[in-house]
Amino acid sequence: MKMTLPAEEPKHQRHIIPRQKQAKIHQSMNKNMGRFFIYLILILFSLAFILPFLWLISGSLKSSSELFANPPIWIPEVLNWSNFKEAFSAFPFWLYLKNTLIIVVFSCIGAVLSNSLIAYGFSKIDWKYRDAVFIVVLATLMMPFQVIMIPLFLQFKEIGWIGTYYPLIVPHFFGNAFFIFLLRQFFKGIPKELSEAAKMDGANEFTVFWKVILPLSKPILATVVIFQFIEAYRDFLGPLIFLSDNKLYTLSLGVQQIMSQNDPRWGLLMAVGVAMTLPIIIIFFFLQRYFIEGITFTGTKG
Amino acid sequence: MNIQKRILRNGLLFISPWIIGFLCFTAYPMVSSLYYSLTEYNLISEPNFIGFDNYKQLLFEDDLFLTVLGNTMYMIIVGLTITTVVTIMIAILLNTKNIKGMSFFRIVFFIPTLVPFVVLAILWIWVLQPDSGVVNSILGFFGIDGPGWFSSPKWAKPGLILMTIWMSGNMILIYLAALGDIPKSLYEAASIDGANVLRKVFHITLPGLRPAILFNSITGMIGVFQSFAEAFIITDGGPDNSTLFYSLYLYRNAFQYFNMGYASAQAWILLIIALIMTMTFFKLSKRWGFED
Repeated sequence: MKMTLPAEEPKHQRHIIPRQKQAKIHQSMNKNMGRFFIYLILILFSLAFILPFLWLISGSLKSSSELFANPPIWIPEVLNWSNFKEAFSAFPFWLYLKNTLIIVVFSCIGAVLSNSLIAYGFSKIDWKYRDAVFIVVLATLMMPFQVIMIPLFLQFKEIGWIGTYYPLIVPHFFGNAFFIFLLRQFFKGIPKELSEAAKMDGANEFTVFWKVILPLSKPILATVVIFQFIEAYRDFLGPLIFLSDNKLYTLSLGVQQIMSQNDPRWGLLMAVGVAMTLPIIIIFFFLQRYFIEGITFTGTKG
Repeated sequence: MNIQKRILRNGLLFISPWIIGFLCFTAYPMVSSLYYSLTEYNLISEPNFIGFDNYKQLLFEDDLFLTVLGNTMYMIIVGLTITTVVTIMIAILLNTKNIKGMSFFRIVFFIPTLVPFVVLAILWIWVLQPDSGVVNSILGFFGIDGPGWFSSPKWAKPGLILMTIWMSGNMILIYLAALGDIPKSLYEAASIDGANVLRKVFHITLPGLRPAILFNSITGMIGVFQSFAEAFIITDGGPDNSTLFYSLYLYRNAFQYFNMGYASAQAWILLIIALIMTMTFFKLSKRWGFED
C-alpha cells in the first residue's frame, strides 16, 4: 500500500521530496545510525562479558603446553577431555559436592522458614514500634560481615561448633536482613482484604500466614531459595573460617587447596571450574525470572 | 489481654527468630568484639586488657594499615566510580526503545554474578595472564603492549576493577528497573523544548536514577569492604601489598597471626568507616538531587 502512495501525488511534485519529508528521512537515518551504534556497543560489551567463559571452557580442554601458548590458542588441536576425568579423581569432588549441598539445602530451608515468618511480622501485623524495629533490621544490612566475624568465630569455638556445619547453617534459621526486606515488600503488596476475610472466618495470625499469605508468595519464596542457594554455593570465607577438617570441605575450599599447591595443574582446575559453574548457569536459565524480579524488587522499591 | 497487647504479642512472636538471631549473631558479637578490641588475645592465654593500645598502634604505628586503607579506598573511589559509569551506560543503552534480544543481553550481563569465587579466581588469573591471556592478546592485536596485571604492583588493582565490572550485573538490572520508572512524559517534554540527548541524560535520567545510584553505591561500598576471596586466592595481597585490602589484612591478623584483639580493633574501625561513608553517600545524594 505504501509503495503506491507517491503515485497519488500530483505529477509535478513527484520528483521533489517535500521539505518536511526530507527532514523526516534525515531523522530516521539518524535514528537508524543511532540504533546501529547502540547495538554495536551492546554486542561489544556482551562479547567482553562472554569471553572469559569461553576462555575457561577452551582452557579446560587444553593440554598444558597449549595453555601457556603465546599467542593464545582458542580451539585446542585435540580436545583434552582427560582434564575432566582427572579433575574428578584428583580430589574428592563428589564428597565435596555432597558437603556443599548439605550446607546449601539446610541453609535454604532455614532462610525460607525464618524469613517468611519474620517478614509477616513486619508487614501484616500492625504492632507498636514495628517500623522503629524494622530500621534496625535495615541497619544490619549495611554492616560488613568482617565486623562480627572474629567474635562469631570465638563464640562458635566456645560451644564446639568449629569444624562442624552448624556455623554455616544455624544462623540462617534466624533471619537475614536482605530476605526480610524482600519478603516484606512482597507481603505488603498482598491486598489486606484477603487476610481480613480469613480472620472474619476465625483464622488466627498463623493460619492466615500459612494458608493465605504463603501460597500467594511462591514466586518470591522461590527467589529467596535461589539467592540463598547461590550464596551458600559460592561462599568461600565462611567455610574457610569455620571448617577445619578436610573431610568436611566444600567444593570451593577443595579447589582452593589445589590452587595453593606449588605448580598447580591449571587444565584440571579449569575443568573443575566448568563443572562447578555449569549447573548454576543451567539453573539460572530455567529460573531467571525469579532472579531478575528479586534483584529489581530490592533496588527500586527501597 | 486487651487487643493492643495481643497484637504486640503476635508481632513479636512472628519476628522472634530475628530477635534471637540479632541478639546472638549480631548484637552480642559486636559488643564482645568491642571488648576484645581493648585486649591482647591470642586464643591460647586469657584476653589481657590493654585499653586503646590496639587502636593507637593501628592508626599511628602500623604502616601496613595505612597501605591497606589506601588500597581499599582506591577500590571504592576509583573502582566504584568506573563501575557506576559503565553499568549506567549499559543500562541506558539496554533501555532504548524496542531493543531486540533484551533477554539475551540481560542473561549475558547477569551470569557472571553467579560464578563461585574460586572459579572467578581461576578464570581471571587466566584472562589477565600477561603472556598468554585473552586481554593482553587483544591489546596486542591493536599494537598495545599489555601490562603485567596481577603480577605488577601498579596494575593489580585495575585488574581487579575489571573483574568487578564484569561481576556488576546486579547493578545493571537495578538501573534498568529504575530507568523504567522514569515517566516517559519528561523526555517528551524535553524533546519539545529541543533538548539534545546529553541534556536529557543529565537533567532527566541521572536525577531519576538517584535513589538507585545511592543504593548501588552503598551496597557497592560494603561489597568492597567485604571482598576477600579475590585478593586472598588470586594475589594473596601482593605484589608488594598492592592488593592487601581491609578484609584480607583483618583475616591475616585474626587467623594467621592470631592477634584477635588487634583484628577486633580493625573490625571496629571498619564499622565506623562504613557508617561515615554511608552517611556521606546519603548527604551527597541529597545535595546532587534536582527535585524534592
